[in-house]
Amino acid sequence: MALLQISEPDLSTAPHQHRLAVGIDLGTTNSLVATVRNGISVVLNDENGRAMLPSVVRYAADSSVTVGEAAQIEQSVDPTNTIISVKRFMGRGLKDVGDTSRLPYRFVDTDGMLQLRTVAGVKSPVEVSAEILKVLRMRAEAALGGELVGAVITVPAYFDDAQRQATKDAAKIAGLNVLRLLNEPTAAAIAYGLDNASEGVYAVYDLGGGTFDISILRLTRGVFEVLSANGDSALGGDDFDQRIHCWLLEKNDLSALNPQDTRLLLTQARAAKEQLTEHDRTRITAVLSSGELVDNVLTQDEFQSMSHNLIQRTLQPLRRALRDAKLSAADIKGVVMVGGATRMPQVQQAVGEFFGQIPLNNLDPDKVVALGAAIQANLLAGNRSGDEWLLLDVIPLSLGIETMGGLVEKIIPRNSTIPTARAQEFTTYKDGQTAMSIHVLQGERELVSDCRSLAKFELRGIPAMVAGAARIRVTFQVDADGLLNVSAREMGCGMEAAIVVKPSYGLSDAEITRMLQDSVQHAQDDMQARARQEQQTEANQLLEAVQHALVQDGELLDHQQRSRIEAQMTVLQGSLKTEDTLALKRAVNALNEATVSFAQARMDKSVAGVLTGKNISQLETK
Amino acid sequence: MMGVTLSEAAAKHVQNFIAKRGKGLGLRIGVRTSGCSGMAYKLEFADQLAEDDLQFVSHGVTLLVDAKSLPYIEGMELDYTREGLNEGFKFNNPNVKNECGCGESFQV
Repeated sequence: MALLQISEPDLSTAPHQHRLAVGIDLGTTNSLVATVRNGISVVLNDENGRAMLPSVVRYAADSSVTVGEAAQIEQSVDPTNTIISVKRFMGRGLKDVGDTSRLPYRFVDTDGMLQLRTVAGVKSPVEVSAEILKVLRMRAEAALGGELVGAVITVPAYFDDAQRQATKDAAKIAGLNVLRLLNEPTAAAIAYGLDNASEGVYAVYDLGGGTFDISILRLTRGVFEVLSANGDSALGGDDFDQRIHCWLLEKNDLSALNPQDTRLLLTQARAAKEQLTEHDRTRITAVLSSGELVDNVLTQDEFQSMSHNLIQRTLQPLRRALRDAKLSAADIKGVVMVGGATRMPQVQQAVGEFFGQIPLNNLDPDKVVALGAAIQANLLAGNRSGDEWLLLDVIPLSLGIETMGGLVEKIIPRNSTIPTARAQEFTTYKDGQTAMSIHVLQGERELVSDCRSLAKFELRGIPAMVAGAARIRVTFQVDADGLLNVSAREMGCGMEAAIVVKPSYGLSDAEITRMLQDSVQHAQDDMQARARQEQQTEANQLLEAVQHALVQDGELLDHQQRSRIEAQMTVLQGSLKTEDTLALKRAVNALNEATVSFAQARMDKSVAGVLTGKNISQLETK
Repeated sequence: MMGVTLSEAAAKHVQNFIAKRGKGLGLRIGVRTSGCSGMAYKLEFADQLAEDDLQFVSHGVTLLVDAKSLPYIEGMELDYTREGLNEGFKFNNPNVKNECGCGESFQV
């Protein structure tokens, strides 16, 4: 029977009406899924008891996809088709990614978001992320025993509109209903804020696999407000691996390596980094494809000196975040550590020195974001009563439009709390101008060329007037997910044009639909492949059993019966070699039918065998 | 009167859940009419005692059952089990004659 969970008073749901909701931390290196069970937020493990799913997706030539640990193992063998840290590419163009020479992928530069050429075809980072989300969704459904009503997915506070939309699209393809996108530091604060019921101003220092975020949050009476957010979207634990990797190259006098060797050394570098959290020194060994042996000892001191400037790079955004919040390090009541990389002793030490206090780390830094997201998901799904709390988030980067001369006019300044709506009036610059192009931008810089272009649209049908007479009101609306809606309205005649900002990275609705169809198609293929596999197994078992029976009890059959069975066996063996599942099924049934009387005869014989050789008295005592 | 009881495993989990939740008198167990087989279980944290509540104590955990529900769950033991990746409470109810396929609702 079904297993039940304890509900809050008066919130028991009717049977089959449970609102199962999860929080997902879709990380650069690892992803996790958590839920609130019996009032407690818990991370859901896979069948092997592992909480973290490596965010690694491998595509094989037969279009099959492996995700997680299994894919990670293949990294050094098949780096080109094994996508790691795909989060770095979400909603990014090739030029945003920077130096790609060290990456083993075959990039396809398309308008907007880059794509990756794999052996199974060209894949968008959205599709790759969807594969990760799909595995987490299935894990959650198995663990909760039902379909999910929705999920809260976390994103770095730094993610711009294109990156957020890409994340939402990935969820859609994975069959998840997104209740809300939540900033990672806010999720961490929810996990800590509720469990510890603390109030005050906190800093969330999140050094993940591929991104660094620092957020200054204020917690008061259960209300979370992000005062400021800053960071470096291209700095994380991976960079520490990279440092060790470079050190290995230098030490061993190695030059350009092939992708397999690069991957192998990076994997070894990561293991060494993790070792150095607990130990003073570690030994790194690897055999390259050339047969060359790498064997070095790395000490904690050496690692600290080579990673010193990486840690310094995290302190700069930290100062900026404090400045934005108009606070000093002394105002911070506590520092929350998030991300596996914060386990490194040198990170704990540097952060501790900066704030003059020991950072909080009583929750697992790898899990804290997922745990907080689950609490939020539980609330949004309506499974909690009473003490409701508001969630305030901020816009990480200013939003504005292009004005004459390639300049950006900011309409919503960064760090505005969301949801929000702001409007500003603009006018025409030429006599008789009847149309106006609205170019939506995101960023802090003054020049259009330095900001990120989010969308462009036109407002037409403006009545011809002298320059400066028309009044065009441009309204920016940002919803609770941080997604932007822009509308422009001519105040005289009421002409209006609007756009939901999302196509900036190049995935149109049609493409999303295609990807959705693809994923459904694949699900069908997968099911067919599985049905076929099962049918084949059954056929082989049957053939073996009949063969065995013929050898043992062949004398029970007359010549005609025997040749009928043998003919059906030949048919079945033949259809095993073809792709036709239906024909295989028919052949299995035919052989089954052909052997019914034979099976009956064997049964009779074995019953007779039990009875013969025993006298009546033996039978009676039973 | 037998009342209702918890298995040792269930009691340990309930105590743990209440401790983490930070409040609660105990566990409220009851039945409601609904579902595909007529009746459904209710399993909630209890913060308040109601007038017609009956109290039972099992392995140190207070169980509250309203008087109307008791006849349907008299003699029941609540267990905590794990099935694959899923885990939760299981109702071993001697009064049940029929269950719906999923076991979430039942008939007496």
